[in-house]
Amino acid sequence: MKQALIGAALLALVGLPWLVDPYALHLLIITGIFIVAAMSLNLLLGYTGQLSLGHVAFFGIGAYASALTSLGFSVSVTPSVAIALAPQPVWLALLVAVAAAGLCGWFIGRLSFRVRGAYFVIVSISFAEVLRLVAVNWVELTQGPMALNNIPPLTLWLPGLGEHTFSKKPENYWLVMAAVTVSYVVVRRLVHSRAGRAMIALKENEPLAASVGVDVTRTLVLAAIVSAAMAGAAGGLYAHYVRIIDPDIFLFIYTVTMVIMVVTGGKGTLAGPIVGGLIFGLLPELLRALAIRPEVQWIAYAGLLFAVLYFLPDGIVPAVSKWWEPAAGTAPATRADR
Amino acid sequence: MSAAQTAALRPDVALEVKGLAIRFGGLAAIEDLSFEVRGGEVLSLIGPNGAGKTTAFNAITGYLAPAAGRILYRGRRLNGLKPSAIAALGVVRTFQKTSVFGRCTVFDNVLIGLHLRSTQRPLAILLGLPSVGREDRLLAGEARRILEFVGLGARAHELGAALPYGEQRLLEIAIALAARPKLLLLDEPVSGMNPTETAHFMSKLASIRATGITVLLVEHDMKMVMGVSDRVICLNQGRVIAAGTPAAIQRDPAVIRAYLGERYARAQG
Amino acid sequence: MDQLLQHSLNALMLGGTYALLGIGLTLIFGIMRLVNFTHGELYAFGAYMMYLFVMLLGADFFVALLAAIVLGAALGAAIELVLLRKLRRADIDTTMLVMIAAWIALQNGEQLLWSGVAKSIDNPFPSAPLVIGPVSVAWNRVFVFAVALALIALTYALINRTKLGKAMRATFQDRDTAALMGVQIGTINTATFALGSGLAAAAGALLGPVFVAYPTMGDSAAAKAFAIVILGGLGSIPGATIGGFILALVEELGAGYVSSGYRDAWGFLLIILILVFRPTGLLARKERIG
Repeated sequence: MKQALIGAALLALVGLPWLVDPYALHLLIITGIFIVAAMSLNLLLGYTGQLSLGHVAFFGIGAYASALTSLGFSVSVTPSVAIALAPQPVWLALLVAVAAAGLCGWFIGRLSFRVRGAYFVIVSISFAEVLRLVAVNWVELTQGPMALNNIPPLTLWLPGLGEHTFSKKPENYWLVMAAVTVSYVVVRRLVHSRAGRAMIALKENEPLAASVGVDVTRTLVLAAIVSAAMAGAAGGLYAHYVRIIDPDIFLFIYTVTMVIMVVTGGKGTLAGPIVGGLIFGLLPELLRALAIRPEVQWIAYAGLLFAVLYFLPDGIVPAVSKWWEPAAGTAPATRADR
Repeated sequence: MSAAQTAALRPDVALEVKGLAIRFGGLAAIEDLSFEVRGGEVLSLIGPNGAGKTTAFNAITGYLAPAAGRILYRGRRLNGLKPSAIAALGVVRTFQKTSVFGRCTVFDNVLIGLHLRSTQRPLAILLGLPSVGREDRLLAGEARRILEFVGLGARAHELGAALPYGEQRLLEIAIALAARPKLLLLDEPVSGMNPTETAHFMSKLASIRATGITVLLVEHDMKMVMGVSDRVICLNQGRVIAAGTPAAIQRDPAVIRAYLGERYARAQG
Repeated sequence: MDQLLQHSLNALMLGGTYALLGIGLTLIFGIMRLVNFTHGELYAFGAYMMYLFVMLLGADFFVALLAAIVLGAALGAAIELVLLRKLRRADIDTTMLVMIAAWIALQNGEQLLWSGVAKSIDNPFPSAPLVIGPVSVAWNRVFVFAVALALIALTYALINRTKLGKAMRATFQDRDTAALMGVQIGTINTATFALGSGLAAAAGALLGPVFVAYPTMGDSAAAKAFAIVILGGLGSIPGATIGGFILALVEELGAGYVSSGYRDAWGFLLIILILVFRPTGLLARKERIG
């Protein structure tokens, strides 16, 4: 019965482009991209317990790296020496995005070992802000506030279709759905593995984890790299879908959005970011439809956040599953345990 | 002669602590502490509160950096290594304050303890290769076995934080055993336990010891210490004041003076 | 050389208010171990209060200043009592998110009330600057500097000479022991948050008339405050004071000689560099406040 329900839901999800209007589809695509970013943040914040509030840095780096690689660029290092790159195919640009974001993840991972707790919060926010200011001011590279536009859409070779360009909404929707699925599978596998157990152990009791051989630095760095790489991929997808990006992509408020999605959905759960992402991705639209001023929308947002934090501090998914199955513990750490 | 060669000539020495000194600011918690733990024995560290026992544990297992001295495990230098590296060498400790992974199930707690036994590589994990599943089943079986051994088999799916106190302490032992220690450092393992639980623990300790694991124990419960130990070392104010068999320690005037006398009388009565 | 002197003088004038921001946050961060995301909003609140009293209600400038500071402290106390009291046992992330939600609510509330247009606030000082040799400084800035110094001195005295200050210092050093000794932690929390918020509001009330008031002004102020706290070491008033002046100087020189677009970046860069290389702060001594 459960299988049939899931099957029907999946079918509905796949068939959505024929059921909703283009604007709704656009909304779902953006929400889907944010869900991938939220899932990646969940890995670092929810499972590993790192208070990283600079996540938008990875997303933004991914977006800019991918855009710049696919557009090509030329910057002068000194008045006579320039570094230039010719435009590259988009699939390569996306790989560059993942690598660049992953590198930042490595840096943040190493940093999180040296700088703890509340200090790490501040450092991670500062990191994202520095990147934003660089994006604003290094006009030669990023066009600054004038934005990078005409970013080419993704072009992939697909079996049966040959070279295909993802320029229409329905195909971008399916692409993002695939990305969400792949991300979910990746996080699920990681979390149920030795590496994932090590991350959870760090969050729950770091000295105890170390006493049974969990290498703290390596685990933190691994979590950060995977998390950042995934966010970078999301950023890249975003760049090639909306095809125009500006330094506002690094704004702290986007990190806040991702954090809200993860925490209200349920940090440290697999479904949490999806639930949180759907709610907070679609809620602004709902409020906008009610013709409410943006400031009031945000205040309503804040109110909802307060409500969840005070009444359901573990998030929505754990509260619902507790109501559904009162006897179960937390998610098992291996598939073998089910 | 190298440290390893010297060690090879003497009776089997597992752990050697030489001239250990640990200072916090101006206060010397441990000063010139030297002792050795022989392979396969159960050695107990006793001493009044503040004598430096847990501090010594912290230094041996890499949680504290000593100001002076050396710590050698089978000839390998331990001081300077990270706690996880020391655990990888087979030296595993438990903590004085109850320490479990609270929001994980009892089963998952032990699974985490099996960390060092696993050889899954990140890439294999991400690709979902069958080797990962095979190893998961192996580890799951091992976890069940360890839980049965300590007597927590029925509790496998409860949360660590939900267990009653005595069982949490058993869980700590299970986690430590999962890490396949050759030298096990137990920090006050029966503190807060009632006589039944203590007796249960003592029989578990006998089984652990029978598998060849060397045990270094810190305890205040004199009856237990006298019952399980091959040798006892008494610390006071960061130094060794007496060492010997339990019987000898009981009679040692320095020990009685420092600490033992009225405690043992109470334990006897 | 003249340019250097001018920049240094500007930094000096600005540094005092930066110090107020930093001291407020170092007390809150130090005693309550809270990443206070609303600190910037209290700064904006102070500026907007000046706008309300001076421009809309026609009040006397100095009375308005006093009112802004007192109201800022009151708002801080209200935030602590309403939002934070219930979270005593919560995770640090939950508390952080509550502060973030409060920040969103406050900033959007301000935007709703005052609209996004920048507001300028009149001041009663002569507009012709004071000229000292090769450098000049506006009178209102001199006033700001003087008041900032006075407030810093007052805060220092409060922390080091009063019974309340003693309790705050004890709570900073060891919360649990202080509670066991009879310190009412709840009261200390409220007092600390009120004091810190009052100082932030003071900084905003002082700088609002010098620059302009706009809804997002709190964000860069908050960032600077964090940079100063990290520069000066947690809980250290002298550290935050010196940190405030150092940051102002770095910003002035950076904006003057390197690039003005990156002005706000200096604070963030300092944060990263210090936390990576000297986590206890530039002026670290033992961890104590005062």
